[in-house]
Amino acid sequence: MSSSEKESKSSGRDASGRGSSGQGASGKGSSGNGGGWSERTRARSKSSLFAAGEPMVWLTGGALAACAFMVAGLLLLVLVKGLSTFWPASVIKLETPDGRTYMGEVTREDLYRPTDNVLADLDGEIARKAALEVEEKEGWAFRRLVRTGNFKLTQNHFSWVNEWEVAEASEPEWAMVLERLEWGRFYGFPEAFVLLTPISERTADGQGRTGEERMAEALGLVEELAGQGAEVQLVDDRFVNGRRGPALVDPAESATVQDLQGVAQVFRGPEQAWAKFQELHKESRQRWHDRRRLEKFDTGKVNHKQEEARLAVRELELELEEASGTAGEPDVRTRLADAEAKFEEVRTWADREFTRIRQEIDAINHENSRYQILMRTAGEGTRPEEQVLLRLDDVVRAYPANRLGWVDKAGIYLSRWSEFLTDEPREANSEGGVYPAIFGTVAMTLIMSLVVVPFGVLAALYLKEYANAGPVVSAVRIAVNNLAGVPSIVFGVFGLGFFCYVVGASIDEVLFAANLPNPTFGKGGLLWASLTLALLTLPVVIVATEEAVSAVPNSMREGSYACGASKWQTIRRIVLPRALPGIITGMILAIARGAGEVAPLMLVGAVKLAPELPIDGLFPFVHPERSFMHLGFHIYDVGFQSQNSEAAKPMVFTTTLLLIAIVAVLNFVTIAIRNRLRSKFAGGQF
Amino acid sequence: MKTDVNASSASEIAVAVKAAADPNDPIAAISRGETLPSEVHKSLADEEAVLDVKDFRLWYGAAQALYDINMSVPRGKVTALIGPSGCGKSTLLRSVNRLNDLIDIVKIDGDMVLNGDSVYGPGVDVIELRKRMGMVFQKSNPFPMSIYENVVYSLRIDGENRKSVLDEICEKSLRGAALWNEVKDRLDDLALGLSGGQQQRLCIARAIAAEPEVLLMDEPCSALDPIATGKIEDLIESLRGEYTILIVTHNMQQASRVSDYTAFMYLGRLIEYGATGELFTRPHLKATEDYITGRFG
Ligand SMILES: Nc1ncnc2c1ncn2[C@@H]1O[C@H](COP(=O)(O)OP(=O)(O)OP(=O)(O)O)[C@@H](O)[C@H]1O
Ligand SMILES: [Mg+2]
Repeated sequence: MSSSEKESKSSGRDASGRGSSGQGASGKGSSGNGGGWSERTRARSKSSLFAAGEPMVWLTGGALAACAFMVAGLLLLVLVKGLSTFWPASVIKLETPDGRTYMGEVTREDLYRPTDNVLADLDGEIARKAALEVEEKEGWAFRRLVRTGNFKLTQNHFSWVNEWEVAEASEPEWAMVLERLEWGRFYGFPEAFVLLTPISERTADGQGRTGEERMAEALGLVEELAGQGAEVQLVDDRFVNGRRGPALVDPAESATVQDLQGVAQVFRGPEQAWAKFQELHKESRQRWHDRRRLEKFDTGKVNHKQEEARLAVRELELELEEASGTAGEPDVRTRLADAEAKFEEVRTWADREFTRIRQEIDAINHENSRYQILMRTAGEGTRPEEQVLLRLDDVVRAYPANRLGWVDKAGIYLSRWSEFLTDEPREANSEGGVYPAIFGTVAMTLIMSLVVVPFGVLAALYLKEYANAGPVVSAVRIAVNNLAGVPSIVFGVFGLGFFCYVVGASIDEVLFAANLPNPTFGKGGLLWASLTLALLTLPVVIVATEEAVSAVPNSMREGSYACGASKWQTIRRIVLPRALPGIITGMILAIARGAGEVAPLMLVGAVKLAPELPIDGLFPFVHPERSFMHLGFHIYDVGFQSQNSEAAKPMVFTTTLLLIAIVAVLNFVTIAIRNRLRSKFAGGQF
Repeated sequence: MKTDVNASSASEIAVAVKAAADPNDPIAAISRGETLPSEVHKSLADEEAVLDVKDFRLWYGAAQALYDINMSVPRGKVTALIGPSGCGKSTLLRSVNRLNDLIDIVKIDGDMVLNGDSVYGPGVDVIELRKRMGMVFQKSNPFPMSIYENVVYSLRIDGENRKSVLDEICEKSLRGAALWNEVKDRLDDLALGLSGGQQQRLCIARAIAAEPEVLLMDEPCSALDPIATGKIEDLIESLRGEYTILIVTHNMQQASRVSDYTAFMYLGRLIEYGATGELFTRPHLKATEDYITGRFG
């Protein structure tokens, strides 16, 4: 029995290996031979279903199909969601019989099972419609999630609206979407464009002015502007519907003014307002960017200079402590005095600079505050319609959603993508761009590759080419392979404990002592994150390199030795070039693994919002000690740490798409390099 | 491993047949555990030796592969090593340029002398030694680089980077290996793109580029078709006189065609060594005759 079983097994292997041709051959053989031999052969050829190999084909094929299905499904989900996020939706206005209104973009639609409690709470017309719908759909009901925005007014961004509540659904022509720097989106109708002339609170010589004086000036301005065509109104900061904000007041009612802001020329009507908005929006934003640059770069530069001078003083103070009592003390004292004088100098200069920058910023602010758009809400929920004045420079992007054609929509789509790719995040990362995160991800991955590849390759070369095979080498190899199985968060802990707190802290003590107790390298940062990930991906590179090196035919090495080459020459000129494609394969795997890793980064330097990029215009230009943003961490942060998670959800997909795209691009580049090398070094026949 | 078993069982048969017939038969002596000295023809005494192998013994771990080899390779001549598979021809050849050092388990005893310099003596610089020899392997092993770089490899590792020198030597070596006309327009192409025969001639060009004192060839034609084999034999013919060549071959015709001297090895011993013409037509030993007439091996 056992022998026949063995035979049937081996024939099965044959058949599955060689396919149908193998079977045909064995069939022919059996007819040619005589007697018991032929019988046994026949018994083999049809012994079992497994012998034919069919089930294995189905099993392997099925496994592949399942994998492909899951991977494709994931990619498709990310792709569809990620690509559709930025497409501008139309704005819908839903009105209920009991006078509530919801206006905004529909972000989701679904069927759900309303509980009896919900249905019992309804009354009147709505209860009737609800009962009807639920009965018709056999217990299910349709609802929409409407992004109603206007958070400052309503304290929420989204509202679920049941179908049974909707008496009327429309897409108002002039419904506009305003993406703002703060407070999320605003939905409403443009009422008017407002060109404001502020009334100063101070006289030219800096004295405060009374309310009467300011009002007199305002009324004078009203007179002056009245002839210029547009309607003239006063702007007052007052409480409207329980909320304080700028509002327009007829000059005739000047007695009711509480906190005069200025005089406004008002261009009424949606067409005029929208036209004026388009005309002036770009300039306002440009000025805003100028202001931002002043705040960030110019201020940063001055701060940097000042900090440098302070550190110089601090360094000498430390030196003095050490030198006190020795011969060098007087010298240090004089240098310290010099540095202190220099610091004073820099400080007065910095103060001057700050005042200058402050003034420039104020001027820009003053100019920008003049351009405002008056919007009317649709009256969210039970609230009545309200008028809101919005500054143009606060609006990132605005468009009348329902008036757009395909081309306009495509334009907005592209402008959102370009903002996403090139701008900084805003609104707690749920809006705006991810440029710093892209930068951080790519920089970290590159540094990681630069570290891990040489180290991994050298280590693998030693293991394969120099070390004598033995228990030590085996132990090292096992350790390296097991490193790949250590949870990545453990690498994070190690990175924090070793790189940041030991290495970084030592560097600080030696090189940046003046800055202590503020850590420079002794905290999470780009460099430490890269090194941690390099450690994490080291096994991948080592294993790949070992394999690639083993695959170099020994005959080549012997040929090289026979020519009189030393071991290193042989490795450098023969083994490495030949193994390079395999090494690069390891690098590709390492990049894919490293770029997508998040958990360890949280401990060693990835942050929610990094104020500065690791490369900038301030000496020494590259700052590997700075914490950085990372797309993977960004996904986690936006998706799970965000207050406005519903609004952030689409960003999760877009960011994921971007991360996948970046990893793919990095991989394609390396694959292209590898293919070039492969055609250069390998191939051929042996 | 398997060849070993076959060889020893063949020898047992031979022993059974001839042991009684010829007490001087080396094969019978081996099976008795004795060694008879190699039969070295007188003609060799007139030759000036480039390489002298002296009482050379070699072990792979516990298994001895070479027994007391004494052999001098004459200058400017082609010397063929023949013998049944597994008799130690490659081992002997690889011992000359100390390639066997790369195998950890190899132990040796005895010495060789190359132009007066000890090969295995203490303090010998193996790398310098190998630079004085060229080697062509059974399987062609061009390096993963261009044809040009392959040829000038040994100069490059010596740090020679002057283009004019390299160009000159490249052309000379390729002409010497009868490959120049075929590749002169594509010197920068990958060597791996050449045909098998061209690759082997490229390896020869590489081996002669450094003008070696001895050229070692281990069955250089075994993977080639008759035409390529013919080209390489012509090549060996043209190198004769200029280079000292030690060539391993399984092909009796080839040995008789290309070599001046032939050494017959068996079971790790050098059995008979003499001028090719004499060895093939009037071998002194019966065992040699049996082998070259194909009666065993
Ligand atoms: N690396 C090795 N380790 C152990 N034994 C070896 C090794 N190489 C060769 N041998 C043994 O040494 C003996 C001589 O081998 P060698 O390769 O020199 O034979 P050969 O004469 O070249 O044979 P062939 O004509 O088949 O090439 C054989 O018995 C072989 O098994
Ligand atoms: Mg051999």
